[in-house]
Amino acid sequence: MSAPAVARTPAPRVRRRSPYTYLAVVVGLLVAVSLLEVVTGADDLTSSGTISATLVATVPIALAALGGLWSERAGIVNIGLEGMMILGTYGAGFFGYHYGAWAGVLGAILLGMVGGLIHAVATVIFDVDHIVSGVAINIIALGATQYLASRTFVGLPGGGSTQSPTIPSLPSLTIAPVSDGLQGLEQRNVFVISEVAAVVRALTTNLSALTVIGLLLVLVTYLVLWKTTFGLRLRSCGESPVTAESLGVAVLRYKFVAVLISGAMAGLAGGFLAMVASSNYRDGQTGGRGYIGLAAMIFGNWRPGGMLAGSGLFGYTQTLGLRSGRDSVHALLLAVAVLALAVAVLQLRRRHVRAAIGFAVAGVVVGAVYFAIDEVADDFTRMTPYVITLLVLGLFSQRLRMPAADGESYRKGSAG
Amino acid sequence: MSGGRVRRLLLGAAAPVLALVAAILITSLVLLVAGDPVLDTWSTILSAPRERNVANIINNATVLYLSGLAVAVGFRMNLFNIGVDGQYRIAAFAAAVVAGEAWLPGYLNTVLAIVVAMAVGAAWAGIAGLLRATRGVSEVISTIMLNFISTSLVAFLLRKAAVRAPGSNSINTKEIPEGSRIPGIPFGGGVVEIYGFVVLAVLSGLAYWFVLNRTRFGFDLRATGQSTTAAVASGINVRRMIVIAMLISGAAAGLVGLPILFGDAYSYGSTFQSGLGFSGIAIALLGRNHPVGIGLGALLFAYLNEQSNPLQILVGVSPEIVAITQGVIVLTVVVSYEVVRRYRRRLEQQAVAAATDRPERPAPTEEVAT
Amino acid sequence: MASVETPSRSDAPPAVRLRGIGKRFPGVIANDDINIDVARGTIHAIVGENGAGKSTLMKILYGVQPPDSGTIEIDGAAVTLGSPADAIKAGVGMVFQHFMLADNLTVAENVVLGAERLHGIGAAAREEITRISGSYGLGVDPDRLVEDLGVGARQRVEILKVLYRGARIVILDEPTAVLVPQEVDELFDNLRELKAEGLSVIFISHKLDEVLSVADEITVVRRGTTVTTVDPAGVTARQLAELMVGSELPSPSTESSTVTDEVLLSVRDLTLPDPAGGRPLVDGVSFDIHRGEVLGIAGVEGNGQAELVETIMGMRDGATGTVELAGTDLSGRSTGQRREAGIGYIPEDRHRHGLLLDSSLWENRVLGHQTRRPSVSHGLVDRAAARADTQRIIEAYDVRTPGPEVPARALSGGNQQKLIVGREMSGDPVLLIAAHPTRGVDVGAQAAIWDHVKNARRNGLAVLLISADLDELIGLSDRIEVILRGGLVGRFDPSEVTPEDLGSAMTGAGSDAPREEGSP
Repeated sequence: MSAPAVARTPAPRVRRRSPYTYLAVVVGLLVAVSLLEVVTGADDLTSSGTISATLVATVPIALAALGGLWSERAGIVNIGLEGMMILGTYGAGFFGYHYGAWAGVLGAILLGMVGGLIHAVATVIFDVDHIVSGVAINIIALGATQYLASRTFVGLPGGGSTQSPTIPSLPSLTIAPVSDGLQGLEQRNVFVISEVAAVVRALTTNLSALTVIGLLLVLVTYLVLWKTTFGLRLRSCGESPVTAESLGVAVLRYKFVAVLISGAMAGLAGGFLAMVASSNYRDGQTGGRGYIGLAAMIFGNWRPGGMLAGSGLFGYTQTLGLRSGRDSVHALLLAVAVLALAVAVLQLRRRHVRAAIGFAVAGVVVGAVYFAIDEVADDFTRMTPYVITLLVLGLFSQRLRMPAADGESYRKGSAG
Repeated sequence: MSGGRVRRLLLGAAAPVLALVAAILITSLVLLVAGDPVLDTWSTILSAPRERNVANIINNATVLYLSGLAVAVGFRMNLFNIGVDGQYRIAAFAAAVVAGEAWLPGYLNTVLAIVVAMAVGAAWAGIAGLLRATRGVSEVISTIMLNFISTSLVAFLLRKAAVRAPGSNSINTKEIPEGSRIPGIPFGGGVVEIYGFVVLAVLSGLAYWFVLNRTRFGFDLRATGQSTTAAVASGINVRRMIVIAMLISGAAAGLVGLPILFGDAYSYGSTFQSGLGFSGIAIALLGRNHPVGIGLGALLFAYLNEQSNPLQILVGVSPEIVAITQGVIVLTVVVSYEVVRRYRRRLEQQAVAAATDRPERPAPTEEVAT
Repeated sequence: MASVETPSRSDAPPAVRLRGIGKRFPGVIANDDINIDVARGTIHAIVGENGAGKSTLMKILYGVQPPDSGTIEIDGAAVTLGSPADAIKAGVGMVFQHFMLADNLTVAENVVLGAERLHGIGAAAREEITRISGSYGLGVDPDRLVEDLGVGARQRVEILKVLYRGARIVILDEPTAVLVPQEVDELFDNLRELKAEGLSVIFISHKLDEVLSVADEITVVRRGTTVTTVDPAGVTARQLAELMVGSELPSPSTESSTVTDEVLLSVRDLTLPDPAGGRPLVDGVSFDIHRGEVLGIAGVEGNGQAELVETIMGMRDGATGTVELAGTDLSGRSTGQRREAGIGYIPEDRHRHGLLLDSSLWENRVLGHQTRRPSVSHGLVDRAAARADTQRIIEAYDVRTPGPEVPARALSGGNQQKLIVGREMSGDPVLLIAAHPTRGVDVGAQAAIWDHVKNARRNGLAVLLISADLDELIGLSDRIEVILRGGLVGRFDPSEVTPEDLGSAMTGAGSDAPREEGSP
């Protein structure tokens, strides 16, 4: 199994996609969903209410996924995201109630970073297995917030051992002329146009500052990780720490910082749940979103764009499930069936017969389910992100490209 | 060699003791910072448990022990089965349905339910095993996903299979008929009872020890866990071992919920205890995957759980503080084992150097890569 | 052979001066009193056996590990190299034996990493890379992903990395180990170009003919210390080798032939396709080995030797062709079944494939023999029998250890290897496959292992021997086959062949067209 001295055939691969590709994908999606609405009569698929709610559901997942991205790009697997989010929800509750909304945001970030600090000290300094440390952090964070909540929130107005008092709300943005002006257009149900109007309305109505910040952070993360020296060095630690160290990069320091930032992102995700998606800290508020974030990151192939798409997808299904969207989710089944059949045809053209058969069978099965049942139980909606992630891992594991040294332990002086 | 044996025993005990002390110190620090009474808290936790409490500790430890075993099987093979949590819940649900339907009479029904639980747990874990063996998917990620899927799936199926108890909000499966329940063992003068399942847990521990340390299969499993490459070269079918190890781990996980089901709850409901799988990870680490070590770890965790209950009433401290202790133990135990391991390795190299006639270069280790 | 003073090209201080460098690890002295002067504008070779301490020395010079004693002077000024960053600042650059490249980053990203201050990470940096690449004829495209590059191109990226940082002293650690001959020539041309530009090159190798052809001076390192510095014009490869070993070279020599007519191993059309889609890794290989015969396989590393062995062992998926052992068809059988059928296997990388480093010696005795007595019976591990048999191996094969309970990791390389040989012979094999059996073991163990191979042959085994050590191959084999690009390309009689003949056959000199980069 020694490395052969034989040059491997370069595999042609599409590496960079232009912004226009993303735009085309978004427009294509809108058209597809519009079609789906027409065909199935599930009108709630693209109402501005749905889109607003999707945004609120997406941002915490995306922030958690960003947390995962920062950490894993530096080579540290972080399944403690859930715990760091939990700490964030408490931080938002405590600091938000006592010192105001923005202090709540900072508190969420700070507490998340405490979780990140534990993970960094354990994995980077003491070389503890990343998964073990992550599990420990999830146990500690849950216990610590419950302990602290009953220590600090009991006796406050509206507070108790399982919830904080109401947190003052963050500023939000409404551009009334646009929002009101488009209301009519959206309600007229013009094919595609109404869908566009709904999106614009969602973006101009009651948009929380934290939502904007969250989305900006995705962009900032991309720029920092891919366009700066700091980012290049950080990524090199995740791809090949030995190489990085041989070139004078202080690997352990970058890993440490990356995990701290990861904690900050996850903490902010928790803060978002407490302050935007809700108005106070509550026990169990995260509901596994840290893991969904992890799933979104994997779905997005450890890239910011893909990760955002994954978060959006998971946020969307979650929203449809919550908005009594049994019809809506049911309608999505048809979309999945058609999509699977389309992929099957595509695979057949590339002569991947086995894959094609697999997709065709999946498409037919899902299609049959669509016609056999009238609505999808919430339970199934809830498991969607996880099932999708398993499918992606199972079907496309060869195409996924996680950082090469992700999860490996690294000790200084290993270069050479 | 008796001096060597004593030293080995001391070294073996050093790591968990070190970890425990560190965890207690850190927990005390948290209490101190939060302004809670440190000494009162510990004196409450460390006070002698009463008979009833001892029984609770043993019962809780039984459950945790099985969970620790399930995780440890994976660990010995270098597989991280985070999914014990999902596996035991879906397995306990299946067992509850089967036992509740009572297709077979008396204990035959019990046996059937246990077999079903193990099969369901194994199948659920087997998905992750297959994904790993055939597609190279990390079992950590897939078992995390499967945990959530099992939560939703069980919730869905429970609603289909459940009967609502009159005047209650929770829904449950049909109760297990009395003849199929596992009777408790009288304890402490017969005042209280402990789960009859304790016997089965101990037998599981024995089986675990025997299979891993005495059989060829166990040897293959440990060899694969230590070095996949050496295992392949020695003729072990590693892919098959991955699937089998996950199946066994899942089957053991299937047992986790059963002591509660057959000894206490008699039905599976929406309030059935969750989170036992994650404690199992901590306990397997603490017990160093050794059946006796896991037992001690399970007793320790159960002790902390039970003894923290009166904290709120007696000293006004939230009992969740022990979760911090338990979580910190996971970290400190790993660190202290590593410290002890390095120390021991150095001792061994010195012993070898002393035993050989002339000094030779030891095999390069990570530190001495040439 | 003459020890020479540093040739005084000028009065300028040497580019590098090492005095009294020492480095110990727990229980090992890796370097002890190393003294070297490297003149500016020269190629200075450092040669020594595996484990002589060359790599440790280079890590010290590149700041990866601090020395315990001694001084380093660069251009006459004493320096302390606490990290690679210090070394780079002092003008020292290193090309590691195992390439230090991140596969999933582009060439440009790999080059600028750690040196972003020079030209940023954008267009200016790419321009500079293209410029350097052009002026030294390196032919490197900054925008390609490293994972798509071949070995030669990767090495040129490594050299470019060093030049990009303005290094004046370039260290190359075993740079030719992974190259085919044409690439070696190209590399040497590149090095001479560097020399012409006034750079100093430190070239670490144990391939003596290469060293003699390219170096201006040669320093010999043995057991962690510098033995002497010689002028390549005044020494032969044999003399250098004796300097490296410190005594007359033990050379293996076969006694009278024991080859019989009975074919034990018969391999026909064995082919292993490349999972990545390239040329087959093993390409239509056929050969027979008779009872009492040693077949040696010679070849430049990476030409399919490892894959050939692993295919015969059944460790590779997708192989075609047949393998017949003593009349039994093994094709389609698992590795375990092949072992049971009577194959003993001394793997190339004993740490990865031969041992459970953290397990005791007796457990390592069981490894690979899980289905056979005495260590296992009725599916149960017989610990007492395994211990007893391990004790037998320890005595019979002179494994130096306090006892069978010691973990394998604590043993020296030579003793680990002796344990493996003893274990593999204990299963009464019909065929012994020995891949680089004496690699990285001390001279004493080397001689012992050679004896064991000869014994195996005398006892009527078929032996398949893979080695990079041509003297070993010629000394032990009854027949030598040369492997090139996965196929067998020549057969030699060891009693007549010279290392030079073998060398040219191994490189395919004059027979085939040179291999082209990136094409299958």
